[in-house]
Amino acid sequence: MKLVIAIVRPEKVNDVLEALYRAEVGGISMSRVQGHGGELDRVETYRGTTVKMGLSEKVRFEVAVSDAFVAPTIDALCAGARTGEVGDGKVFVLELEQAVRIRTGETDEGAVTPIREQ
Amino acid sequence: MMAIAALAGASGVNAGDTAWMLVGTAMVLLMTPALGLFYAGLVRSKNTLNTFMMSIGAIAVATVMWALVGYSLAFAKGDGFVGGLGHAFLHGVAFAPRPGTAIPQLLFFAFQATFCIVTTALVSGAVVERMRFGPFLLFAGLWSVLVYAVLAHWSFGGGWLQAHGTLDFAGGVPVEMGSGFSALAAALVVGARKDYGRQALLPHNAVYVLLGAGLLWFGWFGFNGGSGFSTGHASVLAFTNTLLTPACTLAVWFVLDLLRGRRVTAIGAATAIIVGCVAITPAGGYISPGWAMALGALAALPSYAIILWRPRTRIDETLDVLAAHGTAGLTGILFIGFVAQLAWNGKSNGLLYGNASQLGHQAIAALAGPAYAFTATFLLLRLIGLFAPLRATEHEEALGMDIVQHGEEAYATGEGAILVSTEAGLEAEVALAQP
Repeated sequence: MKLVIAIVRPEKVNDVLEALYRAEVGGISMSRVQGHGGELDRVETYRGTTVKMGLSEKVRFEVAVSDAFVAPTIDALCAGARTGEVGDGKVFVLELEQAVRIRTGETDEGAVTPIREQ
Repeated sequence: MMAIAALAGASGVNAGDTAWMLVGTAMVLLMTPALGLFYAGLVRSKNTLNTFMMSIGAIAVATVMWALVGYSLAFAKGDGFVGGLGHAFLHGVAFAPRPGTAIPQLLFFAFQATFCIVTTALVSGAVVERMRFGPFLLFAGLWSVLVYAVLAHWSFGGGWLQAHGTLDFAGGVPVEMGSGFSALAAALVVGARKDYGRQALLPHNAVYVLLGAGLLWFGWFGFNGGSGFSTGHASVLAFTNTLLTPACTLAVWFVLDLLRGRRVTAIGAATAIIVGCVAITPAGGYISPGWAMALGALAALPSYAIILWRPRTRIDETLDVLAAHGTAGLTGILFIGFVAQLAWNGKSNGLLYGNASQLGHQAIAALAGPAYAFTATFLLLRLIGLFAPLRATEHEEALGMDIVQHGEEAYATGEGAILVSTEAGLEAEVALAQP
């Protein structure tokens, strides 16, 4: 199992969610973060003070998937989040040691397999 | 710029009327930042400031244009269509009252200015989240003269609707139908937001919306209550009706929300307050309190229907100015034709009290006002669009209007930015990690 982490632009959230849904990847969590990669700083002015915004608003997705789903998840994340401009973000894949579904107690592969209604 | 009249106890001025109108003017001015807050709560957070700024910007451009030429075109002697330039640059506007009022004309000018300002701000609701700020200001300034001043002349300034007998107490034609139908035209010319119909675009702060509606209701007591220009019967009636009508609209809106199988919503409640205030705007000084309550209940229905229908169309008239202002204004203007009572207003009866012709006068206004507002706004925006792009690019729209148009963010923590030293200016290289 792997934990796929993606840092993306906040305005692409809906596109990413749609792409993940189409790839049949469920079980996502999202948090709002601030980040900086290589993009040019935006300049803002407050009365007499000029500042450069070093950190931009970003969104971090975390998706725990079984190995077979890693490639589709990465593809979906990239397709949904890409704009072509500097600042699109990054995807990281971490090895996941254990996972447990709280409601049923299933572990590992069973925990990250979405429940399908019969 | 203007002749200062001799002050010694300007005759014909009533202290009580003047005191009330001074307060009323300030109350109506409050309505514009209140509207900014109301609108800001309804948009996504990245567009908060730009949305609010359109209302604040309206204060700047509309006031200046009103002082220069708008007031004259609305209220100076002219013809049935538009006033003359006799009061341009506030010429002849000083402490002597206008005929028919007992307040200094300078105060009358200021009071009317606040109406022009808030009406201009209202139109911005159609084009939020995508219209460029510069073109909006240009549009607002021109609109305040070419549309608002003209419609105000028709209804209050001695123009043809007033002369033919249309009853419009505080601006069903210039303010409500004027803004509502202009908003429709603006939405059609500027076009829909890029994500309209494809994504959920939701209000980011319903508290702003409720607070804004509450402050608008407060200001509306000045708007309607001040439109009698006195502390006499008409003002008192309109003031009191401004309490009754929106309360009834609120109650009926709760029922409508429940009947739809949903809960009573905060956004719905805030909208209902506005709808009720709008409906009583033309009718406040002409109908009895009982009929004002009935109007409140009635006005909820067409506005609710338009609010449900409009998002299913391709028309991204984003903040539903047409439903809240245009439609409710129409309801109010026509309702007068049915229930106006001479015993309450000293002017005319409506159809139910034996006078069918009043309804005819009201119907003409209900056709002419919207038609002019829509057409003039449509042409004006198309014209401006020939010289400057009206809307932001897709990339700018995605990033957010606050950052792009104003270089500010509504919800920054205030920390984490890098100070640019004043000597080196913007060119100073600040060391940053490489990607």
